[in-house]
Formats: sequence, structure tokens, C-alpha cells
Amino acid sequence: MFRRLREPSPSDTVTFSFDGRALRAAPGQSLATALLAAGVSAFRTSVVGGEPRAPYCLMGVCFDCLVTVDGVHNRQSCLIEVRDGMVVESQDGAPAIAAESAA
Amino acid sequence: MSARLLSHVEQLDEAYDLAVIGAGPAGLAAATEAAEAGARVLLLDENGTPGGQIYRAITRNDPQELPFLGRDYWKGKALADSFLAATLDYAPTATAWSLDPAPQDRDEKATGLARIGVSLGGAARRIDARAVLLATGAMERPMPVPGWTLPGVMTAGAAQIALKSAGIVPTGRVVLAGCGPLIYLLAAQLLDAGTRIVELLDTSDRERRLPALRHLPGFLRSPYLSKGLGLLWKVRRSLKVVSGVTALRITGQGSAEAVTYCRGGRERTLAADCVLLHQGVVPNINLASAAGCAIEWNETQRAFQPTTDGEGRSSLPGVFVVGDGAGIGGAEHAEVSGRIAARAALRDLGLAPEAGDDLAALVTQRRRLARGRAFLDNLYLPAEPFRAPQDDETIVCRCEEVTAGQVREAVALGVPGPNQLKTFLRCGMGPCQGRMCALTVSEIMAAERSVSPAEIGVYRLRPPVKPLRLSELAAMPQTPEALIAVTGRTADGDH
Repeated sequence: MFRRLREPSPSDTVTFSFDGRALRAAPGQSLATALLAAGVSAFRTSVVGGEPRAPYCLMGVCFDCLVTVDGVHNRQSCLIEVRDGMVVESQDGAPAIAAESAA
Repeated sequence: MSARLLSHVEQLDEAYDLAVIGAGPAGLAAATEAAEAGARVLLLDENGTPGGQIYRAITRNDPQELPFLGRDYWKGKALADSFLAATLDYAPTATAWSLDPAPQDRDEKATGLARIGVSLGGAARRIDARAVLLATGAMERPMPVPGWTLPGVMTAGAAQIALKSAGIVPTGRVVLAGCGPLIYLLAAQLLDAGTRIVELLDTSDRERRLPALRHLPGFLRSPYLSKGLGLLWKVRRSLKVVSGVTALRITGQGSAEAVTYCRGGRERTLAADCVLLHQGVVPNINLASAAGCAIEWNETQRAFQPTTDGEGRSSLPGVFVVGDGAGIGGAEHAEVSGRIAARAALRDLGLAPEAGDDLAALVTQRRRLARGRAFLDNLYLPAEPFRAPQDDETIVCRCEEVTAGQVREAVALGVPGPNQLKTFLRCGMGPCQGRMCALTVSEIMAAERSVSPAEIGVYRLRPPVKPLRLSELAAMPQTPEALIAVTGRTADGDH
């Protein structure tokens, strides 16, 4: 778990959701640190063993912070900035590939 | 003038004189240097603000609020400011996913432009550059111990990034484990930020003291001495440091709950909610390697690195590798090596006159900044059990969940190297593309065969080196020949 050294002022926060829960974060921070600061401990389950995973490196090399952002799977949450209205979902094992209908 | 900030691939020019990849000290210094000399420069970086990991979020942080990040951190501000004031294109939040070096003639001279695959603003594109400078920095050496995949276990570097970029610190029972200067630096920073650290488990290999001793004179004349002593004194005075730790495992249901360590043949278990691991840093070589740069084994630093000459030229014409991505030297060393390589690139392109006294001064400065490094490299080389995990159950490849035991079995079956291992175990084939297991796999295979990792080699890498959406790839402009080759039709629908 993590704590903020300084709480963001209510007027200067962004609101986003994780698995349907509304969460708040300071603007400008990465989605991964926003989730950690909000008390999210596991971001996904592993693809082979189904074990819980959370960020390990926070710098784009470990790929353990993968989440679904606004419907797009496998986004590295440590490399994207948290935005107002972002819809974030945890990933359960390997994401299924949704077949898009051919135009 | 100031840097032009780009947020979409459409804003990129078709071609640049110099494309720099990475906005750490080496990349920032190189890009600024080349832009000030009049070259058309592009800098691509994954993060939203300049600084790399060492100066992470330097332009957004206030020394009054986070004074404990230390003087070495705030040094980055001047570097980032002069970069942002230079006339160049800067693409933060961009991904460089491929690098095709320029074609070569018979004399191995470049005969065209290098081509870089870029994703930015949700779209992908390829752009050209006369020279490319890779400043992809370092990553922490993997520290595979049982339980290192549990939530609650992170690298020390990750905790430092969380502190620098988001002002957050771990809570609960925090345990630090590993070796090297960074773990002591982080301990000091966390203490200053008001975090209580239960214990620091130092895994430094006592056998390394003797080989390190030979390099002591250089260390004694380096700034590392006073910094290091100050840190050690502060940390040892403020928290319990356990030296001589020879084995470590983390346990818990769903997240870290305890650390069990071995010291002097005896085991002890500590309750822990957050375990921060660290055993030094190694070059992040994925892009250089996938581009085809020759890669060599550095026995002192025990890591693979691109082969470079004294001015950063790789084995490929027009491709330079600088900073910690070319071999670990630290932030200030990286900055100077970036300046040296930028000048070399400009000379090679005919954009600058022959080298003068100022280059000699930079080379002297770089030599001075390398002082003390050999001592640290030797002293803090992790013990073999932490490089090639002994416990067969330890996960080596975090993505595909391949264990040390499976890798050893494959070696016993006659699998000759890391590339063949992929076929057997999918080891190194997950989303991180071997970043987290490459060194461990080479170390285990080398240990099993009683040879050097130099002989085993390391994964062959291929682009894209970062994930790229198929829709981005499909939306890229294609040549008529490529369209026919794939679809059997022209763009107009003719057969």
C-alpha cells in the first residue's frame, strides 16, 4: 500500500474508475501510481498461472502493470497519464480477442 | 526559440538529421548539443516529461516540497531546462518500436537513412533520420527470488519513481533487500519522507571485497566516497541493517506477507507488506539489439551491452548508443557521453568541423566521472545465487511463468542457448520481450555449462520492441507493392 505525501486539493483532482469503482487522483501522475495511491493492490492476474500481479518496475520494462483502459487491453499503466473519465479495468488472465464484424 | 512539443505522429517531419531516443541525461545532453549546433533534431521518449528515470518528473517537482530527493537529483533541472529551450522537436509519451539501420555499401558505409517506427497519439508511423542516437538508459538487474511476482514486491527503483513522479511512499511494514548504492539512497529518501523501514537486508557478497580492493584508489579519489559514506552512516544509524544475507524468499496469499532470509546458515522470518528489491542496474539494450547492433558481454558489470567506440558509435553506421544503455556509468557520465556522441554524429554527417580541444576536455571530464565505478562494480556484483537462482521453483520468466528448474531441465536436455529455449518453454516470449529474464536465463545456462555468459549469448530480439496495436500498424501508409503482396489487389481494387 502507498500513501500520498500531500493530498491533492479537491479542486485539482481527476476522477476515473477501476472495475466500476470511482477513484480520484492528482493530475499529471501515471495511471499505475494513481491506482497504487488509491489502494489497488492487484492490477491483473497472470496469463499462465492466474496469479495476482501488480507493478514491479514502474518504468515500462516489466509489463506487470497491464490493465484495460477505455476498452483497450494490455496498456502499460505506468506509461500513461491518468485522465478524467478514464475507464480502467483489471485483466483476468489472457484477454479474449473480440472479433470485430467485417465492414 | 524553444522545443516544439509533439503529441501526434502527423506532426513529425519526414526526416531529421538526428533522432535521439530517450530523454534521460544522455539523450537530453545529446539532443541539446546537436540542436544548438544547428542540426534538425527529434527526441522521442516514453515518459510525459524529460529526465529519464534518474531525473524523473524533474520539471514538475519543487525542491521545497521534496528536498530529500537530494542535490544529485536537482542537478537535472538545468539539463532539462536547456533541452526545452533548444530548437528541436520533442515527442513525449512516444514509443519507438523499431529501428531499421541505413543500408550499407561494400565498405560498410551508410548509403541512405535509418528508419524508426514510432507510435504517438494513438497512431503509428515510420520516419527517417540520417543518424540515430539510442539513449535508452538502464533498468534494474532482475532479482529473481521465490515470491518476487507477488503484489507488494517491487524494485527499489520503482519506489523511487513513485516518490519522484507521484509523491507517494509505501506504507505498512516495508523491507528493503538487495545490494548496491541505490538501495541505501532509497532507504535514506524514504526515511526522510517519513516512511518506517523494518529492516534492510543487505545481500552484498562478502567474497567481493578482495577483488574490489584493487580498485580502491580510484574510488577514494571519486565523489562516490563521501556520498557513499554519508548514506551508509545515515541509514545504519536510522534503521536495522542486516548484512551477509545469503538467501531470501517472499511468501504470502495474494500479496507479500513475509520475508524469510538466511544469514550465517540460520533462517529468520519477518512480517512484511512491501518488499523493495534491488541488485544494481544493467543496460536496457532491447532496441539496440533488435536494430542489429553488435552486443558484447561486460564481465566486470556482468551484463550485455552494445559494442561502441569511444564516441558512442555502434557496429551499425549512423547508429550511436550512449549513456547507461551502452554500459553503466551513472547520470553525469551519461550526460558527458551524450555530448561526445552528438558531436561525433554531427562530424560524421558533415554538420560540424573536425574535433578540437573542447572534445578533449569532454573526454577528460568523462574519464574523471568514471572514477570509482570499477570499485563499486566489483564490490556490489551480486552473489551467484541471486543471479542464477538455486531454488528450482523460482520464477525466472515472469510473463510466461517459467521456473529456474524448467530452464535447468532444458539445458540438461541439450538446449544450446537462450534462443532455442524460447521454442521449448516460451521463456522470454511474453509481453516484456525478455527484459525481465534475459540476464537470468543467460546466467543459469552459463552456470549449468560452467562457461561464461559471453559464450551463451543473450536473446535475439526483433521489432516491434514495444507492443503496437494491429490497428495502428494496419492504418500506416503502405506501398502499392506491399498491398498487392498481401491482398492480391491494388488500392483501387484491381487484380
